[in-house]
Amino acid sequence: MITFHVNGKRHTVDLSPDTPLLWVLRDHLKLTGTKFGCGVGLCGACTVHIDGRAQRSCITPVKDVAGKKITTIEGIPAEHPVKKAWLSEEVSQCGYCQPGQVMGAVDLLNRKPHPTDSDIDSAMNGNICRCGTYPRIRRAIHVAAGKAGKGGKKP
Amino acid sequence: MNEIIKMSRRDFIKTGAILGGGLILACHVPFGRRAEAAGKTIFAPNAFLRIGSDDSVTVIVNKSEMGQGVYTSLPMLVAEELACDWRKVRAVASPVAPEYNHTQFGPIMVTGGSTSVRSEWERLSKAGAAAREMLVAAAAQAWKVEPSACRAENGVVLGPDNKRLSYGKLAARAAKLPVPQNPPLKNPKNRNILGKPLHRLDSPAKINGTALFGIDVHVPGMLTAVIARPPVFGATLKGFDADKASKLPGVRDVVAIKAGVAVVADDFWLAKQGRDLLEVTWDEGEWAGLSTPKMREEYARLAATPGLVARKDGQAPAELNKAVKRLEAEYEVPYLAHATMEPLNCFVDLKPDRCLIRTGSQFQTVDRNAAAREAGLKPEQVTLETTFLGGGFGRRACPASDFVLEAVQVAKMVKKPVKVIRTREDDMRAGFYRPMWYDRIAGGLDATGNPVAWQHTIVGQSIIAGTPFESAMVKNGVDGTSVEGASDIPYSIPNILVDLHTTKNGVPVLWWRSVGHSHNAFVVESFLDELAHAAGKDPYQYRRALLAGHPRHLRVLDTVAQKAGWDSPLPKGTGRGIAVHESFGSFVAQVAEVSLEPDGQARVKRVVCAIDCGRIVNPDTIAAQMESGIVFGLSAALYGAITLKDGRVEQGNFNDYQVVRMYATPEIEVHIIPSDDPPGGVGEPGVPPIAPAVANALFAASGARVRSLPMTPEKVKAALARK
Repeated sequence: MITFHVNGKRHTVDLSPDTPLLWVLRDHLKLTGTKFGCGVGLCGACTVHIDGRAQRSCITPVKDVAGKKITTIEGIPAEHPVKKAWLSEEVSQCGYCQPGQVMGAVDLLNRKPHPTDSDIDSAMNGNICRCGTYPRIRRAIHVAAGKAGKGGKKP
Repeated sequence: MNEIIKMSRRDFIKTGAILGGGLILACHVPFGRRAEAAGKTIFAPNAFLRIGSDDSVTVIVNKSEMGQGVYTSLPMLVAEELACDWRKVRAVASPVAPEYNHTQFGPIMVTGGSTSVRSEWERLSKAGAAAREMLVAAAAQAWKVEPSACRAENGVVLGPDNKRLSYGKLAARAAKLPVPQNPPLKNPKNRNILGKPLHRLDSPAKINGTALFGIDVHVPGMLTAVIARPPVFGATLKGFDADKASKLPGVRDVVAIKAGVAVVADDFWLAKQGRDLLEVTWDEGEWAGLSTPKMREEYARLAATPGLVARKDGQAPAELNKAVKRLEAEYEVPYLAHATMEPLNCFVDLKPDRCLIRTGSQFQTVDRNAAAREAGLKPEQVTLETTFLGGGFGRRACPASDFVLEAVQVAKMVKKPVKVIRTREDDMRAGFYRPMWYDRIAGGLDATGNPVAWQHTIVGQSIIAGTPFESAMVKNGVDGTSVEGASDIPYSIPNILVDLHTTKNGVPVLWWRSVGHSHNAFVVESFLDELAHAAGKDPYQYRRALLAGHPRHLRVLDTVAQKAGWDSPLPKGTGRGIAVHESFGSFVAQVAEVSLEPDGQARVKRVVCAIDCGRIVNPDTIAAQMESGIVFGLSAALYGAITLKDGRVEQGNFNDYQVVRMYATPEIEVHIIPSDDPPGGVGEPGVPPIAPAVANALFAASGARVRSLPMTPEKVKAALARK
């Protein structure tokens, strides 16, 4: 039995301790906002916060989160500046990677409230988007940080 | 957002069927009748709209939302003519039914070819207009005035003496009225929705975790399957040992199916562990020896021989021999995986007399019919519900219905609801790639440097051969998708020969965002650049001179040149490249600014893009699709290659099949040409120009002419050594 908190709610699961947190969230807790993209920590679609830091849930065994606090995309409030910026800058296309992107961006802004482009490159490099929304992600992060962005321009 | 409308066709045909206190407007859209008169078989009544007594406007969208924005652009078409309140509009996925078939691609529901807005503009505009007319007529009836004394605006009908009734209040009465057969459309001057950068209707669901993708489908009692597939294309199962897999707690079944061996378990992780424990032996069949280097040799040999003619103007070979200056080059591009972020998956609940499928498909009718055949059911016994697609790029429109059929095969064996999920490696290795191509091209210049002859031989597999589309799309042995963007070059050259060798091997190939244009634009626009340099002329001006009579090409070309500051100085080591290409009814030009890293990696710093896609629905979506196409095409230009060794795909995940990430993303600016021309596509046309624009910029920056994609540091260094 492994106990942890997700989005403020306590959960106890009886699963093989090596089960990746991703599949515990998706298949057992039915929190499907966290996505499967690569399974080996290369794409960032599965990004969640564990005790406040962005982590890849696809390579995090559930035993490692015993007693920890996990936040998923469902646990970030709609009024959060990052989510608001994602809407105002119209970031999403297919949308599949965006929960992971948002979780990465929230973590970045928690650590660096006013990131430079270079900070954004470092923090977001692990999150792949095949729709190519990167210019808007960059812009949305700057907007969420409270300053105008640099990247793709709106017509 | 993910509600999937369940309405029978009968509901639509019966005008005035009441659903949830609202009205379904069954619109016998005149477009269908005209099309029928023109020889096409679109005659089913259309039903794209539902208005609730709560004033809600639901647009039923028959195109798959895979990022390109159809859940917003198609409702905008309806809403413009309906004159409704945009804030009340929502989009839902249509079921699979004849009334949702493509207006041009035959009797199937399909999303592809960058056709959604183009093919639905008239039908959806008229669906909205018919509803508006009925609502106005209903209000006139209620107020006992002439309809001409009333007008519709922002979801309300306004009448004499400040009378007003909302659409919701009029819905029940409007439902009883006849459907106008030829409703008048708005004067374009009065449009107030089209042309505005409205926010996407699907965005909120995509950042709160509620947007339902195929991989998210869950029903009580559902099992998950992971499949061991053949290591070589066309291999067949010899035997398997499931002892270890079966002993895993939670593994419920191990079954041999046509697609391979499926491990069925309580959840994905158990199924995957079980699959990885299987010991499977295969009869590897005739393609076990496939290797990319050997195929390349064969392709190169073919490229030196004449193929089937796709275009012949004048006498290119003879004129080449007479030319003052003659250039020859060989270009090549590799197989490419679509690598959608959401790995392929499919949910199936198969019962003796019916089947429910939930998946992200671009090819609903084809997939449903294939599933019916596999399950031994009639098509009407199979319900296919379209979820959001975590990327499509063509991969989810597969004539072989591979990811749907394998799920039906598992469901037949386990007799429980089951979801098949591919791992990233499964997804990347199980086939359906953009074909590998090898091109030999030659150009002849006259004494002033103008091209007088152009000969282009293309070698590669046909996407269409062997599919139901072969008879329509392969003419005289030439698959139109193999030569698109090459046989139709716009440049004024008197002698042109384009020919094709269609190769056959066991590698499954498929359309990949922009299809033939994805490789032909690279070859044509790179080689044209070579001709310009050989002539000692500026590549932009050289193109201009050859594009007289092509005003739309010229306009995007001039726009990017001006916006990019084509003649302005750049830092040392940075170069600009330009390319222009027409595809899917749209014209796109791009200027790329590229520098060379010390390790030989091309670094794309800035891309300026101009598109003329005719009439505009949502400018922000157009800009987003250009950004998207540029980044997607850049992944292929810089990194992407699927290679084979001993018949096996050598790549499996994003470590060995790299894609553009944040740090490699250039600054992108998009300019949209105002136009009243018929609408063109936007999902694909942004892709073709980027690879040649970057290759041309790399040449300008370094003198390295890279004719093989991807432009790896090794190839760049080799090209530098050649110069």
